[in-house]
Amino acid sequence: MEENYIISLKNIVVTFDGERVLKGINLDIRDKEFVTFLGPSGCGKTTTLRIIGGFVEPNEGEIYFDGKKINGMPPHKRQVNTVFQRYALFPHLNVYENVAFGLRLKKLPEKEIRAKVGEAIELVNMRGYEGRSIQYLSGGQMQRVAIARAIVNRPKALLLDEPLGALDLKLRKEMQIELKKIQQSAEITFIYVTHDQEEALTMSDTVVVMKDGVIQQIGTPQDIYNEPKNAFVADFIGESNIIDGLMHKDYEVEFAGKTFECVDSGFDPMERVDVVIRPEDIKVTSPENGKITGMVESAIFKGVHYEMLVDSFGSKWIIHSTVCQAPGTMIGIDLYPEDIHIMKKPQEESEEEKI
Amino acid sequence: MRQKLFATPYLVWMLVFTIIPLGLVIYFAFTDANGAFTIENITKVGEYTSTLVKSVWLAVISTVICLVLAYPFAYIMSRRKEHKRRIMLMLVMVPMWMNFLLRTYAWMTLLEKNGLINKFFGLFGLGPFELINTQGAVVLGMVYNYIPFMILPLYTIMLKIDPIVIEAAQDLGASPAQVLFRVKVPLSKPGISSGITMVFVPAVSTFIISRMLGGGANLLIGDLIDLQFVGAAYNPNLGSAISLVLMVIMLLCMSIFNQFSEDEGGMLL
Ligand SMILES: Nc1ncnc2c1ncn2[C@@H]1O[C@H](COP(=O)(O)OP(=O)(O)OP(=O)(O)O)[C@@H](O)[C@H]1O
Ligand SMILES: [Mg+2]
Repeated sequence: MEENYIISLKNIVVTFDGERVLKGINLDIRDKEFVTFLGPSGCGKTTTLRIIGGFVEPNEGEIYFDGKKINGMPPHKRQVNTVFQRYALFPHLNVYENVAFGLRLKKLPEKEIRAKVGEAIELVNMRGYEGRSIQYLSGGQMQRVAIARAIVNRPKALLLDEPLGALDLKLRKEMQIELKKIQQSAEITFIYVTHDQEEALTMSDTVVVMKDGVIQQIGTPQDIYNEPKNAFVADFIGESNIIDGLMHKDYEVEFAGKTFECVDSGFDPMERVDVVIRPEDIKVTSPENGKITGMVESAIFKGVHYEMLVDSFGSKWIIHSTVCQAPGTMIGIDLYPEDIHIMKKPQEESEEEKI
Repeated sequence: MRQKLFATPYLVWMLVFTIIPLGLVIYFAFTDANGAFTIENITKVGEYTSTLVKSVWLAVISTVICLVLAYPFAYIMSRRKEHKRRIMLMLVMVPMWMNFLLRTYAWMTLLEKNGLINKFFGLFGLGPFELINTQGAVVLGMVYNYIPFMILPLYTIMLKIDPIVIEAAQDLGASPAQVLFRVKVPLSKPGISSGITMVFVPAVSTFIISRMLGGGANLLIGDLIDLQFVGAAYNPNLGSAISLVLMVIMLLCMSIFNQFSEDEGGMLL
C-alpha cells in the first residue's frame, strides 16, 4: 500500500513568526499522479511545495519520499525539481545555460546536454532565444525558461508553482497540453499549484483544495466539482449559490421558505446546513410553475451562456442559462433533487452560534 | 544640455587635480633638474626592480588574504536580518573612524620585541619572536587597514543576490560548493573586481605601513617615492619617474586581472 506513494506528508505543521501557516497537512501522492493545489492567496500552497523541495523544515510532522523519511535532507539531494513562482532564473547565464544548469551539474556529455536542452527549449516555444540574456526576457518568456530548466532534468517529481500564471490565454492552453503530455509520456509526478480552477479541473488526477493552511478536500476533479465537501470548496470551485438551509429529516430540506426533496442524508434532525446550488443547474420556468419566484435584475452575455442575477424576496440567485430573460421579467425557479447539495456548516461558525 | 551643466564642477575638479598633476608628473619624469628632456630617470627606475617586485608581491598577497577573509564574511553578513547587518557593518567601519597612523602604531606596540604578543608568549616561556620588521608584519598591516575596502563592495553586491536564485541552484542539484562557484561567485564578480582594485592599488603604493611595521629592511616602492620628495635623497624627477612606472604597472595588473575575470565566467568549477 505505502509503496505506491512517492510522496507522503504526515501531519505537517509550519509556523512562521509564531503564526501557524500549515496546520497539520496530511497528503499521499501516488507515483505519476498529477496533483493540483488550489486555494486562495496566502493559504500555504507555496509553503507546502517548499516543504517537499526541502527549503522549509516543518515544525512538526514527517515527509516521506519513496517510502523513506526525508526530513532534514538538503534540497540538492532531493529528487525533485521546482518551477518557482518567481521564476528564479540565473541572471548571469543566458537562456541556454539556464536550462543546461542541472544537466551540467550531472556532468553529462556535451552532446547529450545539447540535445536535451534543445528539446526542452523547443517544448516551451523558445527556439531562437538560446543566446539571449535573461534580463531582457518578458515575464512569460522567463516563465517558459523556468519550466524548461526544471523539466529538462526529468525528475521523479516536479513541483510547479503557478507555472503558467504569466502567459496569455492561448499560450497557456497550449502549454497546459504540452505539460500534460510530458507528464504522461515521461511518467513524472506533477505537483502543481494554480489559481485557475479550470486549469486545475482539466489537468489534474487529484485536486487538493486548501484554505488557511488546512486541506478542505482531496479528490478527483469530478468529486471536487460535483460533491464539494463544504460551502468553501463549492464556492471556490466555480460559482455557486450558497443558501442557509434547515434539514428537516433525511432527504428533506427547507430553504428559501420552501421544502425540497434532496438526495442527502445523515444529518441531525433540524440541523442547520449550507445548501449549494450551481448556477447552471437551476431550471428557469414561468412564475406559476416555479417553486421559487423572482425578478431578473440583470443579464450578462458570457459567451456560452447568459449570467442572470435574480432577486427573490431579498435573496439573490445567480443563474446560468442559454436563454436570456430580460431584466424586469418575473420568472420561476425549479430544482431537481440531485442538484441540491447539502453541506455541513463549517465547525467554527456552528460553535459560535451555539454560544 | 542640463546634465552637462551639473557635471561641470567635477570636470573642473578633475582638470585641476587630476589631469594637470598627471601632466606635471610626466613632465618631471622626463626632465632633469634643469628642465632638459631626458629618459635617464626612467632607466634609473630599473635599479629598483627588486623593490618594485616586492611591493607588487606583498600587495598581491594582502589582496588575496583580504579576499579570502572578506568573501565569506560579506556573504554571511548579507544574509543576516536587517538589524544584525547594521551591527556587523558598524564593526567593519569602526576601525576606519580611528586615525590610520594611530591604528598602525597600535600594531607596533603589539608586535614589538617586548610588545604585548611577545609578553603573552613569554608567560609560557616562549619567544620572544621576531614579529615586527618582517614582511609578515607589513602584510598584516595592509590586510588590517584595507580589508574594509574589500568587505564593503562585496557586501553591497551580495545584498543584491536574490536568495531564491540560490535556492534554484540547490533545487537543480548543486552542492554547497557548486552553489558557491557556479552562482554566488559569478554573481558577485563586480564586487570582487572593485574590492580587489580598492585594496590592491593603495597596498601597492603604501609607505606608512611598510615603514612602521616593516622597518628599514622592507622598503617598498611607496617609501622610495616618499624619499625622493621629502627625504634625504631629494630628487623629484626620479620620484616622478618611479610614480609613473608604478602607475603603468598598476594599470597592467588591473587589466590583466580584468581580462582574467571576464574569461573565467561561470567556468570556475
Ligand atoms: N518565510 C516566511 N516568513 C514568514 N511568513 C511567511 C514566509 N513564507 C510564507 N509566509 C506566510 O505564510 C503564508 C502562506 O504563504 P504561501 O506563500 O505558502 O501562500 P500561497 O498559498 O502560495 O499564496 P499565493 O497564491 O499568493 O502564492 C502567508 O501568509 C505568507 O505571508
Ligand atoms: Mg504561492
